[in-house]
Amino acid sequence: MPFIPHTETDIREMLDAIGAESIDELFDEIPESLRIEGLEGVPSALNEMQVTRLMHERAAQDRDALSFIGAGAYEHHIPALVWQLTTRGEYYSAYTPYQAEASQGTLQVIYEYQSMIASLTGMEVSNASLYDGASAVAEAALMAVRANRKSKSRRVVFAGGTSRTYQKVAQAIAGTQGLLFDESPLDPARGIADPEQFLAGDEPPVAVVIQQPNFLGNLEDVDALTDAAHAVGALVIAVVNPTSLALIRPPGEWGEKGADIVCGEGQPLGVPLSSGGPYFGFMTTRAALVRQLPGRIVGRTVDVDGKPGFTLTLQAREQHIRRSKATSNICTNQGLMVTAATMYLAVLGEEGLARVAAASHRQTQKLVSALTSVRGVECAYDTPFFHEAVLRLDRPAADVLARLAEHDVLGGLDLGVDHPELGNALLVCATETKTDEDIERYRALLAEVMNEQGSLASAG
Amino acid sequence: MTEALIFEQSRPGRTAPAQAPLESVDSLLEGCELPAAHRRSSKTVLPEVSELQVVRHYTRLSQKNFSIDTNFYPLGSCTMKYNPRACNSLAMLPGFINRHPLGPETHGQGFLECMYELQDMLKSVTGMQGVSLTPMAGAQGELTGVAMIRAYHRARGDLARNEILVPDAAHGTNPATATMCGCKVVELPTDSEGDVDIEALRQAVGPNTAGIMLTNPSTLGVFERKITEIAKIVHDAGGLLYYDGANLNAILGKVRPGDMGFDVIHMNLHKTFSTPHGGGGPGSGAVGVGERLLPFIPVPIVGKDDDGYRWLDERDLPQSIGRLSGFMGNAGVLLRAYIYMRMLGDEGMRRVGEFATLNANYLMKRLEAAGFELAFPTRRASHEFIITLKKTAREHHITAMDVAKALLDDGFHAPTTYFPLLVPECLLIEPTETESRDMLDAFVDAMVRIAERVTSDPDSIHAAPVTQPVRRLDDVRAAKQLDIAWRETNDA
Repeated sequence: MPFIPHTETDIREMLDAIGAESIDELFDEIPESLRIEGLEGVPSALNEMQVTRLMHERAAQDRDALSFIGAGAYEHHIPALVWQLTTRGEYYSAYTPYQAEASQGTLQVIYEYQSMIASLTGMEVSNASLYDGASAVAEAALMAVRANRKSKSRRVVFAGGTSRTYQKVAQAIAGTQGLLFDESPLDPARGIADPEQFLAGDEPPVAVVIQQPNFLGNLEDVDALTDAAHAVGALVIAVVNPTSLALIRPPGEWGEKGADIVCGEGQPLGVPLSSGGPYFGFMTTRAALVRQLPGRIVGRTVDVDGKPGFTLTLQAREQHIRRSKATSNICTNQGLMVTAATMYLAVLGEEGLARVAAASHRQTQKLVSALTSVRGVECAYDTPFFHEAVLRLDRPAADVLARLAEHDVLGGLDLGVDHPELGNALLVCATETKTDEDIERYRALLAEVMNEQGSLASAG
Repeated sequence: MTEALIFEQSRPGRTAPAQAPLESVDSLLEGCELPAAHRRSSKTVLPEVSELQVVRHYTRLSQKNFSIDTNFYPLGSCTMKYNPRACNSLAMLPGFINRHPLGPETHGQGFLECMYELQDMLKSVTGMQGVSLTPMAGAQGELTGVAMIRAYHRARGDLARNEILVPDAAHGTNPATATMCGCKVVELPTDSEGDVDIEALRQAVGPNTAGIMLTNPSTLGVFERKITEIAKIVHDAGGLLYYDGANLNAILGKVRPGDMGFDVIHMNLHKTFSTPHGGGGPGSGAVGVGERLLPFIPVPIVGKDDDGYRWLDERDLPQSIGRLSGFMGNAGVLLRAYIYMRMLGDEGMRRVGEFATLNANYLMKRLEAAGFELAFPTRRASHEFIITLKKTAREHHITAMDVAKALLDDGFHAPTTYFPLLVPECLLIEPTETESRDMLDAFVDAMVRIAERVTSDPDSIHAAPVTQPVRRLDDVRAAKQLDIAWRETNDA
């Protein structure tokens, strides 16, 4: 009986204390007809040694590869201390800090996190986290509708170039509440939203979503977009990569007035790629909108002796108090991932994070130069980018990627699926983890694959 | 001891150079085309500290937490059971944590096989026909479930069905979720023995009923005995049944929601399948569906064909309610649940429900014998039960919150207080199956000592806690003089 400490004597004496003959008798309020005798489809137990062997075999099947995929999840160096400390039982196996006096560790960590992420995004206040970047965009759209009382619209406009996955998730989560989502046109030559066409025509939306850098890696003209949205009374939701903010102007400084709500994927801050999760979503805003934030918020206060301490605050917004009138149904969020991110930001500091961002930018520049030296590969846009860029190939990207993968090089994301309008396009990414040798390995292999497929095509 | 904020430990020019690229930013950007207009010039509050300072600071902070690994944590409705260490270390094998979510299926067969088998095992333990692992927490699983119910009615052209029935004892996420899905919430009363009021249910259902959200065993710590009747009433009215899996631990391996008549269920893998709570997440709210809702389940899910395991997405499931996360949900949490289930096996899984129930009933009887008042004295406990301190509150001005704080001084995390809202001055107590009888006895002893102090030394209870890093905190000040982000100016 794994993890159950009872001895036969315990069981007998406990049943005696209850006044029951058997454990089965304790289920006598459950209709007999519903009770089951076994669980077909669940294999027999493995002990720790056996399951260790099994999982090592499975992990080995996932094959180590040299990856140039980004597209919303980024490989960065994670200091050893981050996960060694984050998985200390005191963090790992604690619950949401409802009993503040016995949860000061987690609460102070979250307060420090809120301070760091608010500052990094150039905003005043933050919540304690949301599930991930995509769902944070959905929550931001819902928040914008609550916050923008002057607007009668339920329409939210995504700047062309915003992640299509984020748009789909926003639709799935917020569409049921009557929000309507549109996408503004992408300037095909520059790969960014065109400020002139951004809000042309239709009635003004309640909010706009601007992703910086956008999904294609390009840097948007955020000042013009922000001012255009504010001019028609829309709130501005900024979706940003937190690593980039050490180098690139934060949303709080966009345009005349700055963005209103900022959110994004927190994964780059010390969270492993891990097949897509757990990550965390962050959300920050202006102090005036704090009561519209969804999710937990930690505040600093004092105890009865006047000693500083931390507690969950502004709980009147939340589901356990407001029930059907809450700002969101969110309850559990991503506390442990925020713990890791706080340690990551603390140990890197502003200078360290800026170096990570700068190194990622430089290696991507080198990657793009190297790959576009291969015949049949060109850069899709002549627009400044951060650490991702779109390459245009003279043939479908999927075929090329499959050949590269046979050599354990993951060459980027095929944009043919979500962005068919871009043609044979490939989204590539390099971070500080990619060396010049890694880039050369990719270039050489790509040249070989393109050449081989080219000659195959002409032979055929 | 107060632990200074990391910002207050910062000194200009101090760094942790082993953790960042060795070149300076200027040198890295030499020759790069990053226009000045995009560059940041403002400073941040990120601290300038050494690596040892970071290690020491966050180690010390960890020591200010209660946790399962350090304390008995009988928090009702939260299933704070042991989180096996192997689940963590194996889920963090390099092959798993380095895998990019958009990497090709050829480079993820090991992970995908685990997910495929996890889907199958979850179907088996819940009696459902299909499982999607993507919801990232219980509340998102709820949203998924209600969204699927809504999609089902719409696909049939049954557009009037927008009412969701929710018992008044339900967790706050239930009504909040129904609202998020654009539905109207209709509350159902509970009878004196803790079951749903069947007559009220009959009155409430009709042509507008989309479905009902139920937790069974309920948040009152008792099994809903008329569940098959409820299922019939709701189904006959054209509605569907949603199972909130918050309390699945109580019945794991004994009864299955699918057999009770539920059409959709979410499971809290961070409760029943022992993935860590992490100080408030990450969770995982995988959903299971019966046949009627199969076309609507959220994507992606894992399928299997001759070439191995592969993702099924919108192209395979065109009626899906869509995507709820950027990728596939909390994969690392799912791996931990998978490892846990493999270690338990079929027999171990049956023991979970049995021993969770044994521990709860034992603790309930012992506390009752010690003079504590049970909220539902005629009922069996499920995996949890409620005591009410309304008499103590009335006669001695000692509330459930006071007792909760006094327990902290004895080294026990408090039970859930003031939930469910129906029972005044309540403590909802869930010991879980991984606690020993000795620990339960020690908890009873602590409760008895506190009960004695109610009359002999009530001030000491009002003053509690006195052994924690802080005493009771000023929540009003926290909300009124809002300080939720540190700035250099407000402390200097």
